[in-house]
Amino acid sequence: MLTRRQLIKTGMAGSVVLLAAGWLATPQPDALVPGQAMQLEFLRPSDVQIIRSIAPVMLGIAGLPLDAVVQGVDRAITKLLPAVQQELRQLFDLLANRWGRRWLAGVVSPWATASSSELAAFLRRWQNSPLLLLRSGYQALHALINAAWFGNPASWGGLGYQQPQQVMGLLL
Amino acid sequence: MSLPDPVAEGVASGWRVLDGAAQTQDLHLTCDVLIIGTGAGGGMTAEVLASAGLDVLMVEEGALRTSRDFRLLEAKAYPELYQESASRKTADKAINILQGRTVGGSTTVNWTSAFRTPADTLNWWGERYGLHGLNPQAMAPWFDMAEARLGIDDWLADPNPNNSVLERGCQALGLKHGRIRRNVRGCWNLGYCGMGCATNAKQSMLVTTIPAALQHKAGLLSRARVERLLLAADGKSVQGAQGSLLRADDHSSSGYQFHLKARHVVLAAGAIGTPAILLRSGLGGAQLGKRTFLHPVSICGAVMSQRIEAYNGAPQTVYSDHFMHTQPLDGPLGYKLEVPPVHPLLVGVTLSGFGQHSAQLMQQLPQLHVMLALLRDGFHPDSQGGQVRLRSDGTPELDYPLTDVLWDGVRRSWLTMAEVQFAAGARQVQVIHEQAPLLNSWREAKEMIGQLPLKPLLARLVSAHVMGGAAMSSQPDQGVVDEYGRHWSLRNLSVIDGSVFPTSIGANPQLSVYAFALRAAHQLREALKA
Ligand SMILES: Cc1cc2nc3c(=O)[nH]c(=O)nc-3n(C[C@H](O)[C@H](O)[C@H](O)COP(=O)(O)OP(=O)(O)OC[C@H]3O[C@@H](n4cnc5c(N)ncnc54)[C@H](O)[C@@H]3O)c2cc1C
Repeated sequence: MLTRRQLIKTGMAGSVVLLAAGWLATPQPDALVPGQAMQLEFLRPSDVQIIRSIAPVMLGIAGLPLDAVVQGVDRAITKLLPAVQQELRQLFDLLANRWGRRWLAGVVSPWATASSSELAAFLRRWQNSPLLLLRSGYQALHALINAAWFGNPASWGGLGYQQPQQVMGLLL
Repeated sequence: MSLPDPVAEGVASGWRVLDGAAQTQDLHLTCDVLIIGTGAGGGMTAEVLASAGLDVLMVEEGALRTSRDFRLLEAKAYPELYQESASRKTADKAINILQGRTVGGSTTVNWTSAFRTPADTLNWWGERYGLHGLNPQAMAPWFDMAEARLGIDDWLADPNPNNSVLERGCQALGLKHGRIRRNVRGCWNLGYCGMGCATNAKQSMLVTTIPAALQHKAGLLSRARVERLLLAADGKSVQGAQGSLLRADDHSSSGYQFHLKARHVVLAAGAIGTPAILLRSGLGGAQLGKRTFLHPVSICGAVMSQRIEAYNGAPQTVYSDHFMHTQPLDGPLGYKLEVPPVHPLLVGVTLSGFGQHSAQLMQQLPQLHVMLALLRDGFHPDSQGGQVRLRSDGTPELDYPLTDVLWDGVRRSWLTMAEVQFAAGARQVQVIHEQAPLLNSWREAKEMIGQLPLKPLLARLVSAHVMGGAAMSSQPDQGVVDEYGRHWSLRNLSVIDGSVFPTSIGANPQLSVYAFALRAAHQLREALKA
C-alpha cells in the first residue's frame, strides 16, 4: 500500500517531470483552427481546441454541442479559487505545448487531428498513471467536462432525467 | 401562483441586512457580539444572543440567497451556494469536500438527516479527552431543544426507491438498519435539498434562527470575507475582525474593506474556515488546524432492473449502523451506510471511468442506485485526520493523508455495499474506483474488490462532513477551546461550530453542531449579561 512518504515522492517526481517539460519546451502551441467566436473568460483558443477534441472521448458521446461544453467549462473555471485556476492554467499550457502533448500526454498528432483512439489512450494513461500529478490532471479534465455537459439541461433528455413537474411551474 | 419567500419578505420589511457587494466605501461597524459565519453554529448562536437583547452582527462570506433563487439547477447551485463551487479538495486532491458558502452555511444545502451524537462518541470524549460534562444525559436537553426548534422528527412518508434498496438489502442480509429523522416542516418530498430548498420546508438556519435573530434587530453582512481577527494591544483579547467585501460574482474582492468591532467575537466559519481565520490572524497554538475529520465516504453504484429515480424524493431516510456500533470504537474503522441524492452533474463528476463505459451508465440514470459508506475517523490511533494550513494567498487547504487504516475501511465498505446491493436485486454493481468494471455477481465483486489498488485518485472519496481543527479540551495545551467553545487564551473569543469536535461524530453532524452551539450560546448569553 502507498505510504505517505511514497505519495509525497511520487507527487514530487511529478512536479519535476512537469518542470522539465516546461523548461525543455519552446512555448509553441499547435496551429489553431480558426472559427469560434465565443465570449470566454479563462480559456484560450488552444485550450478550446483541447476541450473540443477530448470531450467526445471523455463523455463517450458523438455529436455533442461542443461550443456549449466549452462555454460550460469556461464558466465552471471562473468560479474556482485563483490558486486552482492557476493550476488549470499550467495544465492547459502544458497540453497545448507541442512537447507536453507529445511527451507527457503521449499524443503524437495535434489535438485537432488526433484520433479518438489516440485520445482515449492518453486519457487512460493519465487516469492510471503512477504519478499522482498526472492522475490529478486527468481528474481535472474529467470533472470539468462532465460538469459542463451534465449541468446543461441539453444533456438531460439522453439520461431520462427531469425536474419535478409539480413544482417547476411555481418557481418564478 | 408562486411560492412564498419569507426571507425576501423580511428583508423588504426592513431587516438590518447589508450586502457587501452593494457597498461603495469601506465599512466600519460596532456591535456587542460579532458572529463570523452563519451556518449551523453561527445561526443557532445568533438567535440565542439576539433574543436576549444583545446587539448581534453576523458576517458571512457567501451571499444572501433565498428560496426564490433556488431553481433546482445544479449548475446554478454549486457555484452560488458551495465553497469552491463544490469542488474543494484535500491537498492531494483525493477527497472532494462539500461545504456550504451562503447565508445559512451548509444547512442551506444539506440533506436534512438528523442524528444525535452517538452515546459512544460522547463517552469516548469523556474518557479520552476529559470532557466529562458532555455525557449523553447532560447533552439530552440540548438535543431536545434543537429538535424542537428545527422540527426534527420521524419522517413518516415511505422511503424513495433509492433508500428502499438499502433497506431491502439490509433485510435480506440481516443487517441492523433504521429510518432517519429529518429537520423539515411541510416537506414536498422533492429531492433537491442539495440545491437549496425552494419550498422553505427544510428547517435550515436560513429560514429559522437567522430570520429570528434579524427580527430581534440583529444585523447581517453578507458577501464579506473575514480575513483576520483584530487583536487587542495586550494580546489577551480580540477587538473584532476585518476583511474584504466581495463583488456580485461572490468571489472576487471589491477592493473595499470592512472593520467590525465587538465586545465578544464568535467564530462559526466551519471546520476549515474557522482554523483558517485563526491561522491568518497569527493565532497558531500547537493544536490549531490539526485533527480535522471528514467521515471520508466511499461509494458504490448499482444498476437495478427497476426505475429508482434517485433524484426524486427525500434524499436520505434509511441508514445502517451495523458496521458502526457493533465493534470497538478504536478498532478497524467503522462505517455508516446511507444513500445520496443522485443528480446528473454530481453523478457525472463522481462516477469513475470515461467514454463508452460511463456513457452507458449515465444513460441508465433512472435505474442507478448509489450507496455511501461514511467512515468514522479520529478514534483509531492511526486515524489522526488532516491538518488545515494556508496557501501562499491565504486561502485554506486541508492536508488529509490517506493511511492504511483508512484504506482498509474503504475496501471493507466496498465489499459490504456491493453485497447489500446484490442482495437487494442489483443487476450490476460498480465500486467507484478508476479500475473497477461493472460486476455481475456478488462472487465476482468479492474477488475483484479484493484486488483493487488503493491509491489516491483511483478510488474516489468524498465528504460533506468537516469536523474538528479547533478542538474542545479539558486542558489548555490539549486543544483550542474549552467545552463551551471559549478560546483558551483569548478571553472574549469563542468557537461555536463543527470545528470544536475532538473526533469525528460517527453520524451526520448537523444535530451535533446545533446542540453544542445551543449549549455554548446559552453559557455565553449568561456571561455577557452578567
Ligand atoms: C451537501 C451537504 C449535505 C449535508 N447533509 C447533511 C445531512 O443530511 N445531515 C447532517 O447532519 N449534516 C449534513 N451536512 C453537514 C452539515 O450541514 C454541517 O456539518 C454543518 O452545517 C456544519 O456547521 P458549521 O457551523 O460548522 O459550518 P457551516 O454550516 O458550513 O457554516 C460555516 C459558514 O461560515 C462561512 N465562512 C467560512 N469562512 C468565512 C470567512 N472567512 N468569513 C465569513 N464567513 C465565512 C461559510 O460561508 C459558511 O456559510 C451536509 C453538508 C453538505 C455540504
